[in-house]
Amino acid sequence: MALLRHTTGTVTERQALTVNPAKTCQPIGAMYAALGVHNCLPHSHGSQGCCSYHRSALTRHYKEPVMAATSSFTEGSSVFGGQSNLLAAIENIFTLYAPDVIAVHTTCLSETIGDDIPQIAAKAREEGKVPAGKYVIHANTPSYVGSHVTGFANMTKSLVTYFSDWSENRLRTVNIIPGWVEPADMREIKRLAALMGVEIILFPDTSDVLDAPQTGTHEFYPRGGVTIQALRRTGASQATIALGPTASAPAARELEKKCGVDSHILELPIGLRATDAFVDTLRRTAGVEVPAALVEERGRLMDVITDMHQYFYGKRVALWGDPDQLVSLAGFLADLDMKPVYAVTGTPGRAFEERMAKVLAGRVPEAKIRQGPQADMFLMHQWIKEQGVDLLIGNTYGKYIARDENIPFVRHGFPILDRVGHSYFPTTGYMGGIRLLEKILGALQDQQDRNCPEEAVELVM
Amino acid sequence: MKHHDLPKGEGLREKILAGYPAKLAKKRAPQLVVNQKDAADNVPPVKANVRTTPGIITQRGCCYAGCKGVVLGPTRDIINLVHGPVGCSFYAWLTRRNQTRPPTDQDENFMTYCFTTDMQDENIVFGGEKKLRAAVQEAYDLFHPKAIGIFSTCPVGLIGDDVHAVAKEMKEKLGINIFGFSCEGYKGVSQSAGHHIANNQLFKHVIGRDDTAPAGKFNITLLGEYNIGGDAFVLEELLERCGFTLVATLSGNSTIGQFERAHTADLNVVMCHRSINYVADMIEKKFGVPWFKVNFIGAHATAKSLRKMAAFFGDAELTARVETVIAEEMAKVAAVEAEIKPRCTGKTAMLFVGGSRAHHYQDLFSEIGMKTIAAGYEFAHRDDYEGRKVLSTVTLDADSRNIEELDVERDPKRFRQVLSDEKRQKLAAVNFEFSDYQGMMPQMDNETLVIDDINEQDTQRLLELCRPDVFCAGIKEKYGVQKHGVPCKQLHSYDYGGPYAGFKGAINFYREIDRLVNTRIWSFIEPPWKTAASPTLEATYARD
Ligand code: SF4
Ligand code: SF4
Repeated sequence: MALLRHTTGTVTERQALTVNPAKTCQPIGAMYAALGVHNCLPHSHGSQGCCSYHRSALTRHYKEPVMAATSSFTEGSSVFGGQSNLLAAIENIFTLYAPDVIAVHTTCLSETIGDDIPQIAAKAREEGKVPAGKYVIHANTPSYVGSHVTGFANMTKSLVTYFSDWSENRLRTVNIIPGWVEPADMREIKRLAALMGVEIILFPDTSDVLDAPQTGTHEFYPRGGVTIQALRRTGASQATIALGPTASAPAARELEKKCGVDSHILELPIGLRATDAFVDTLRRTAGVEVPAALVEERGRLMDVITDMHQYFYGKRVALWGDPDQLVSLAGFLADLDMKPVYAVTGTPGRAFEERMAKVLAGRVPEAKIRQGPQADMFLMHQWIKEQGVDLLIGNTYGKYIARDENIPFVRHGFPILDRVGHSYFPTTGYMGGIRLLEKILGALQDQQDRNCPEEAVELVM
Repeated sequence: MKHHDLPKGEGLREKILAGYPAKLAKKRAPQLVVNQKDAADNVPPVKANVRTTPGIITQRGCCYAGCKGVVLGPTRDIINLVHGPVGCSFYAWLTRRNQTRPPTDQDENFMTYCFTTDMQDENIVFGGEKKLRAAVQEAYDLFHPKAIGIFSTCPVGLIGDDVHAVAKEMKEKLGINIFGFSCEGYKGVSQSAGHHIANNQLFKHVIGRDDTAPAGKFNITLLGEYNIGGDAFVLEELLERCGFTLVATLSGNSTIGQFERAHTADLNVVMCHRSINYVADMIEKKFGVPWFKVNFIGAHATAKSLRKMAAFFGDAELTARVETVIAEEMAKVAAVEAEIKPRCTGKTAMLFVGGSRAHHYQDLFSEIGMKTIAAGYEFAHRDDYEGRKVLSTVTLDADSRNIEELDVERDPKRFRQVLSDEKRQKLAAVNFEFSDYQGMMPQMDNETLVIDDINEQDTQRLLELCRPDVFCAGIKEKYGVQKHGVPCKQLHSYDYGGPYAGFKGAINFYREIDRLVNTRIWSFIEPPWKTAASPTLEATYARD
């Protein structure tokens, strides 16, 4: 029996059909980014279904309430445009849910219609539907362009467009755009900066939003999220560090253009050397020393790597997910002497292949790297059928391949629908690196314990 | 809070409406109804199946979700190809947890796969038909399925791709059954429109294609059962033990071949009335197969439904077998009920979900002594609340009128008068209602509150005002409800538990609810130093 019984090892090129995509659509990324703003209600301008699906997917991933509203298009709105729906929505949202900001993102439908969101928002303001001191911001997020990561990037960029203020009085702060990572990672990045004594503005910031505590009281707007005041000040910061070029570069470039804030665009700080790059950039930008405590964290990660190298060496790994995650993960694995042999992302863009080539630096010549609509999990599974791997790393959908092929599986990325932990324990930074290694080793060693001949069961590993 | 102190009836309704500004309150008012039954079980009207106001945080999804996700999703040997940008298909990928059990590993199962044309910018600008055609061809070349369904998402309708023309062309070319669904998300006001569209297309393109007579003696088709958490497996086994032959299920654990033969049964029994009543009606009109409503959620409801089915066939041996099964199963149920009922009696439940479950699950709660104090549907119509007798008075608005109503005529060759007039009269004499559904409200107590298309605002108010012991809803509501300190039971996904159908399912559900309403975990939310009983500071540690 097999769950994916129709997948064979004979790869045929496809031009039109996507099977088991390694991406989803823009609006969900915009929704996730908007949730990282304090007192902000994301709003999906389109039919109800998109909003319902996006909220459901985020809820399943975080096991937390995800609030967002919709313009509830009907057939009429799809013919006449969604202006009246959005006007009504803005009025109703401010009356019923009293956010400070409504973050509107479009959907395929409103994009295809061509609704002009800024014009509608201006009209809402004229008509007195936007209370004083409150905001309606927007991002265009057609799903037939890019992917969910693009949506995240677009909404994050909009935060800059709408809020960042230029100032000749530069502040001491450094902006950090964390990219599409977990609340735990955002918390970790804040901790690292605090440890280094650097005052930062992190945006968006979903910590204390999508990992809210159980208190017996439902906070419609949880405590976390970057505030509007902080967003305004990003325009006066010393510099911006953008983590993950796909998710964070557009906002960083916009800050540079709009407010003259220098930007450093780095890979996500997942793994040893990507974290080194982040720490070093933060050190130089803020003019601080790397504290001993952080050097020790790095040392602990190094210790795990050197102690356990034999289990990593030469292991073949298949990866799927988002460009920013894949590049850093693959780089880390290659540094451990593992072999990231397959990597697919549905997020289109040639830059991915170049970035992968750069981090792999020719060390895995057999690697197959693909991006775009047909770079899907079906293709990756076909490759695995052709020549197997020792480990899978990616989102929950990998469990079907893992079971069919009996391959150890580490969940990473979005969405993770069937396990907890990702929102609480970071995989960024040195300590996050240790957690990642713990998971990888656990998966590989559990497999060995389960499958090796009885006489070969090792007590000590 | 003691239950008799709880606000209820009109008082509760007004408190909820008070949360809205006047304009919205006026709009919302007819959707909030205090139940009041007269002697003939007439209930007050509920405004249902109407648009959700923009900006309101609703439970509802879209037409496509109802069509592809609900009705077609559970069939394993059809390729469901979603024509649109990637998201619509991605979110419907395995998320409804319909289980399926292919008999051998040679049998097809595409339910673990997600197929999409992943439309790109240029497909929106220049049209996507070419890409769709190519995608159908590629799907065929790779998988050689028996059938391919093509589902339209919002932008497809707007740019005017003709999925039906592509389906027809490719059907002729490839020689397999290929058909399209114009189920763009903006159609109708909720998933419900999608159910209707799915029903129509199945009826037009699939049902009736294979006249092979079923082998059994008492042949039935089960409509509106989607095998969430294995419900259909339980029912398949139960029906077989009783002596019924299941010709097809729409659509839990089903195959396209079953659909093609669905009209050959002698009786259609309907579980989820909302999502499938159209097929039941159309089969009756065209092929003469009568239908009635059953409910296999709840042990007593299951027994009642089985007896009704046996009575329909009027066969002594069948009746005896059914009674034996009921007796055996009820003994097991009673043992668990006796254990759990004392712990649950008097506790309260609220159910806001779907188009039939908010009704069906009330049976299960009442079997363990719990009271349903408020309930409502996410996407049902008036008949699901008040009963089909109000159908003649339901006015069609623009959103409903846009959904095609098929003109169905009696099939001159294949129409069978399964039920003689004489037998129908005889059954009618013992209160046997065919083609009917009584709705949710006649079963609910007076003074309970019914809310259609509940939203975040109402949910919060209800929880604050009444603090039920359990709140039943879906994934989007789940964790918000629980942040109030109230357990939430998902009735779409069963929280990855179940099965809850039939006798076996009833036992599972009793235990699950016992777990939810009697666990101590909720009492640990308050840290010990915050509770009133905790002593105040006794010493000062390094005060300055
Ligand atoms: S792909 Fe487009 S239409 Fe589909 S869910 Fe995403 S935004 Fe909505
Ligand atoms: S785009 Fe339309 S069909 Fe797709 S999920 Fe959104 S509302 Fe539904």
